[in-house]
Amino acid sequence: MIKFENVTKAYPDGTVAVDGLNLEAPTGKLTILVGPSGCGKTTSLRMINRLIEPTSGTIYLDDQPTSGMDAALLRRRIGYVIQHAGLFPHKTIVDNVSTMPVLLGESRQKARTKALELMERVGLPASFAKRYPWQLSGGQQQRVGVARALASDPAFMLMDEPFSAVDPVVRGQLQEEFLRLQREIGKTIIMVTHDIDEALKLGDQVAVMRVGGKLAQMASPSELLTSPADEFVADFVGRDRGYRSLGFTKTAGTVAIGEEAVVQLGASADEARAKASGAWVLVVDGGRKPLGWAQPELLNGEVKRENLNLSGIPAAASGTMRQLLDAALSSPSRRGVVVNEHGELIGTVTATDVVKAIEAEPHLETAR
Amino acid sequence: MNYLFDPAHWSGADGIPTLIGEHLLYSLIALAVAAIIAVPLGIYIGVTGKGVFMIAGLANALRALPSVGLLILLVLLISPAFPSRMGYVLPSLIVLVLLAVPPILTNTYAGVRAVDAAAVDAAKGMGFRTMKILTDVQLPCSLPLVLSGIRSALLQIISTATIAAYISLGGLGRLLIDGKAQNDYSQMVAGAILVALLALFFDQLLAFITRRVVSPGLTRRTIKPVPAAEPVKTPVTV
Amino acid sequence: MNFEWLGRQFDNIVFLLGWHVLLAVTPLILGLLIALPLGWWAHRSRRIYPLLVGVAGLLYTVPSLALFVLLPLVLGTKILDPLNIVAALTVYTVALLVRVVADALDSVPEDTVQAAKAMGYRGYQSLVKVELPVGVPVICAGLRVAAVSNVSLVSVAALLGIPQLGSLFTQGFQLRFYTPIIAGIVLCVVLAMILDGLIILLNRWLTPWTPKVVAS
Repeated sequence: MIKFENVTKAYPDGTVAVDGLNLEAPTGKLTILVGPSGCGKTTSLRMINRLIEPTSGTIYLDDQPTSGMDAALLRRRIGYVIQHAGLFPHKTIVDNVSTMPVLLGESRQKARTKALELMERVGLPASFAKRYPWQLSGGQQQRVGVARALASDPAFMLMDEPFSAVDPVVRGQLQEEFLRLQREIGKTIIMVTHDIDEALKLGDQVAVMRVGGKLAQMASPSELLTSPADEFVADFVGRDRGYRSLGFTKTAGTVAIGEEAVVQLGASADEARAKASGAWVLVVDGGRKPLGWAQPELLNGEVKRENLNLSGIPAAASGTMRQLLDAALSSPSRRGVVVNEHGELIGTVTATDVVKAIEAEPHLETAR
Repeated sequence: MNYLFDPAHWSGADGIPTLIGEHLLYSLIALAVAAIIAVPLGIYIGVTGKGVFMIAGLANALRALPSVGLLILLVLLISPAFPSRMGYVLPSLIVLVLLAVPPILTNTYAGVRAVDAAAVDAAKGMGFRTMKILTDVQLPCSLPLVLSGIRSALLQIISTATIAAYISLGGLGRLLIDGKAQNDYSQMVAGAILVALLALFFDQLLAFITRRVVSPGLTRRTIKPVPAAEPVKTPVTV
Repeated sequence: MNFEWLGRQFDNIVFLLGWHVLLAVTPLILGLLIALPLGWWAHRSRRIYPLLVGVAGLLYTVPSLALFVLLPLVLGTKILDPLNIVAALTVYTVALLVRVVADALDSVPEDTVQAAKAMGYRGYQSLVKVELPVGVPVICAGLRVAAVSNVSLVSVAALLGIPQLGSLFTQGFQLRFYTPIIAGIVLCVVLAMILDGLIILLNRWLTPWTPKVVAS
């Protein structure tokens, strides 16, 4: 657990970067500090490992005040990931990842073995070990940065805009992978970002800060979307928050899933016409995994792969309202394909079904 | 060429080996003193940001100062205070050091400044202490520029040491100055060739050392050098 | 300082200053004229670049006094001929500027070159009207370094007896007399500063579109 108690950072010129911050980042959870530039989020983060010293107040690491600790020893207990990775340009990737264990006194040999395991874990091929940072893309460098922070297996991690220097596609990948990793390792993490989407996507809880270094609201992502504390938070979270909040509402069996007649690849045009509902028929493989939609009227002979329309995005039955709605809206037949955890077809839903279920959800009515 | 291949000139107290030895001795002493002054000072200014005004001004001012004039002025000022030979050696060494300090200082400063701030922040955040950041991150990363400064400085020193023969300093410059006095062009050519070879040898030696000690992670050998990464070589203003 | 001496020597000093200017500025202009096509060649060819820059680096390592003495062997001139000094300093200037010109042309944004091409500029038109003007600040920065070091290098020729401001140093040494030495140093520094300033003005005049700060 990391706890801020009345923490203030004021500079001699009178600017107050952080103003009386109270905050608790629970053990094993990912807490996100988000806000516009100048809100003191990075200052707050850097006060935890004392790269910046607070003017007043106390920060606790598992109930011990950090102020009495040796700053360097404190930092060695906390993983640190920054925006541009900050890799050592003169060291190979494997030596970069080995930095912390070697600093803590482990043998170079042992540290390298461990580093290779970690590289695999963050999705870096072993062939990268002997390369130097400049030979890697921004996204790859960021993975090395994460691996380096994890190398000493710290209980705490601080991440300062770790994914914002890479392009949106790579950012999405890194975020997904990082979520998966965090589910395995369960570190106590505080991450700073200016990107509210990233905060809502990754955070177990999100602290929205306002300019002047004050905490505006601390809540779970769905709570932020459905009940923002004030105008500022509502604005910052964004206009389409009603729709986005669906991303946090589990379907949990509240949506009626309809039966859908299917054909397999190779079926005749007649069979397809017989099974079709409206203009479209769903095509599956032998294991009932959905392949795409076909239009029997346009078929010339049997159902072949090139006849399939692939624009529909299947949703998992265990997924969220947003995924279900998206499945329905993206499907050419307007019937969203719903699959089980093995990717096998359960049935289809229409947008109307989903909206009915949303209207029946009690807490969504509180959304403004 | 005759002078160079006459065996008589390769032995004795004023033979070519002695002259090369003297030239090297003066040059290396001056380089060592200059490096001992300039490298720590450059690191200090680069790391703390204190005294930055010295850097730009110093490099430009000393480039504009004619080294011959400086050398002669210092000899006239200092030599009366010292007996015999020291009167010439000491002012010469001072001028050599004075001319060697700026390239080392400015390059060391630039090298330390150019170290990726994110790498230093990361080192600090991982719990490196100040000294360790210096020895493990800042110094190795600025090494290419520090060595390039030392290379410029050594060329400057070898070149200026040649001129110092005019004020009676030993070394290969003797062949040029004495040859001029005796109207012996072949002696002058011999001196010029030997000095040029000496400079080329040390330039290549330092280039070789640089390749050996600088991490390939910093030099990015496979691509064309980026203009900004390597500053314009400080010219030998002698 | 003996100002009376300076007054008596005024004509002589003006004569030395004139030679100094001539010996320092001529190589600067010649060097630039030679370095422009060479630098363009290095910029165009990835194979030529390391070769030219490598040779330039080697030439730069040759100490000036040695080059002054060796050039007569190549040029067939007499050791006292001022032409040796002009040739030697031209060599240094070219060695410095080849790389600068190549890097200046490299620094022109690819978008700019493509835009010129798209508007129908021919290769040489694009070079003269677009690429060279855009590269002017970088070339001027290199020219400033060359100008200032040339002024200092010229004075070395005094050791060979070629008259210019450096002659004041040897004269002062022989007479054990400070005045000419100090006068020579001051004039050299002032001359270097004036040349430096002129190139800054030239740069401003050639690049009216840039903010009034000169990269050094």
